[in-house]
Amino acid sequence: MNADKQMPTGGMKVQKQIQLPFSKAWQISIKSIKIRFARSVITAAGIFLGIAFYSSVRTAGLFPNSGTGKEVIAAEHRQQWLAYMALLVCFVGITNSMLMSVTERYKEIGTMKCLGALDSFVVKLFFIEATLMGVISSFAGWLGGWLIVVLLHLFSGDLKGFNGAFFSGTLMQLIVCTFIGSFITLMAAIPPAMQAAQMPPAAALRSEI
Amino acid sequence: MASNEYVVRTKGLVKEFTMGDQTVRALNGVDLDIKRGEYISIMGPSGSGKSTLFNAIGGLDKPNEGSVFINDVDMAQLDASELAYLRCHTIGYIFQTFNLIPVMTALENVTLPTVFAGMPSDDGIERAMYLLNVVGLGARYHHRPTELSGGQQQRVAIARALANNPSIVLADEPTGNLDLKTGTEIIELLRRLNKEQGVTIISATHDLKMVDVSDRIVWIRDGRIAKIEERADIDLKIGEMDGESLH
Ligand SMILES: Nc1ncnc2c1ncn2[C@@H]1O[C@H](COP(=O)(O)OP(=O)(O)OP(=O)(O)O)[C@@H](O)[C@H]1O
Ligand SMILES: [Mg+2]
Repeated sequence: MNADKQMPTGGMKVQKQIQLPFSKAWQISIKSIKIRFARSVITAAGIFLGIAFYSSVRTAGLFPNSGTGKEVIAAEHRQQWLAYMALLVCFVGITNSMLMSVTERYKEIGTMKCLGALDSFVVKLFFIEATLMGVISSFAGWLGGWLIVVLLHLFSGDLKGFNGAFFSGTLMQLIVCTFIGSFITLMAAIPPAMQAAQMPPAAALRSEI
Repeated sequence: MASNEYVVRTKGLVKEFTMGDQTVRALNGVDLDIKRGEYISIMGPSGSGKSTLFNAIGGLDKPNEGSVFINDVDMAQLDASELAYLRCHTIGYIFQTFNLIPVMTALENVTLPTVFAGMPSDDGIERAMYLLNVVGLGARYHHRPTELSGGQQQRVAIARALANNPSIVLADEPTGNLDLKTGTEIIELLRRLNKEQGVTIISATHDLKMVDVSDRIVWIRDGRIAKIEERADIDLKIGEMDGESLH
């Protein structure tokens, strides 16, 4: 297979670049998040706010509505609609902040490739960063939204909603919110990272934000 | 021909850029043979195709036609992983804009290529410290690029380019963002590395100071090689070149 890669006179063979272990990618990713801490916090805030909004709407939905049957149905519809809107806002917010944070690093991706990084390693870096940011901020976002609604109910002295269904609903939402937030974060971060990693380095280096 | 007399050879390189309905031929049939250990300057007016040639030789962009041979290996035949190996081990890159990773210290920047090469981290750090000392920045190893002057950043970039002992260092206007004195220092550093370590240096440049240190000067114009001058012929003609550089 290598024979046709050489001039008739022969020459050196080009080996395959080694795959770095996952631990190395993990190390670099953690450092990268830490060092641009201020930037990471802003990106995380985008995820946090989106999920906190969604979480607060869903938590509010856990408390029973009062009123006649007709009013209850109307309130439930309103809540449903709010939840969809919240999800949409959260989707746009997260996508926006992740896209920004990846595209502003195209040049860095091009540089790493010049130094010998494999495409897969670049994607791995962004995968780890996005997963960490996604899981932590989504969980925090869920907690934030939940706390606000619960505290509001506590302060208004309305305690009859805190029943078994409320707590199982809470657990469910913890999982759903963290999953949705992390999923959207990854979906927003990975495609541009893959695109940048697969570009010829010259193109990635040329890109300015 | 000895099998490794030429470290870089290009044959009929053509590179076109299409934007909308306009096509620009940035390289229009470039044949160039570069010997091991040479110091080559590629000169020519702005837009003549120097950077495009730099990218083609460095495997940073694919030409539309023609081939680039690095150590007799046709780069077009390499897969992504072999290309990454080549970029990591065989070629070092230096850019006009330095392109250091902003969040990393000088030491981390210089160590990075050794990480990609799979060198144990102690060895990598030792190698990086050695190189930072060679470029005269041993004392500034823990500084980030933003804490360094342009000339110092370019020194870090040169140390980084040498991290894995490449046989070729490619530079695209390495002095383009530097003042006269700093630029001269960088050129002297490159020349010293070329002499002492035997690394082949190929530098695209506008900088006439490069003429003094180059073994050969490749003049390109409109994507073609206009002429190649040997160092011996050069001294007589500086005046003529000064005129040429004003385009
Ligand atoms: N990515 C690109 N897209 C479209 N056109 C390009 C691209 N890169 C280069 N060109 C065109 O190709 C030609 C050669 O460009 P190149 O950058 O190689 O010139 P250069 O000699 O390096 O110039 P300078 O001295 O200004 O750096 C120019 O006409 C330029 O407009
Ligand atoms: Mg250029």
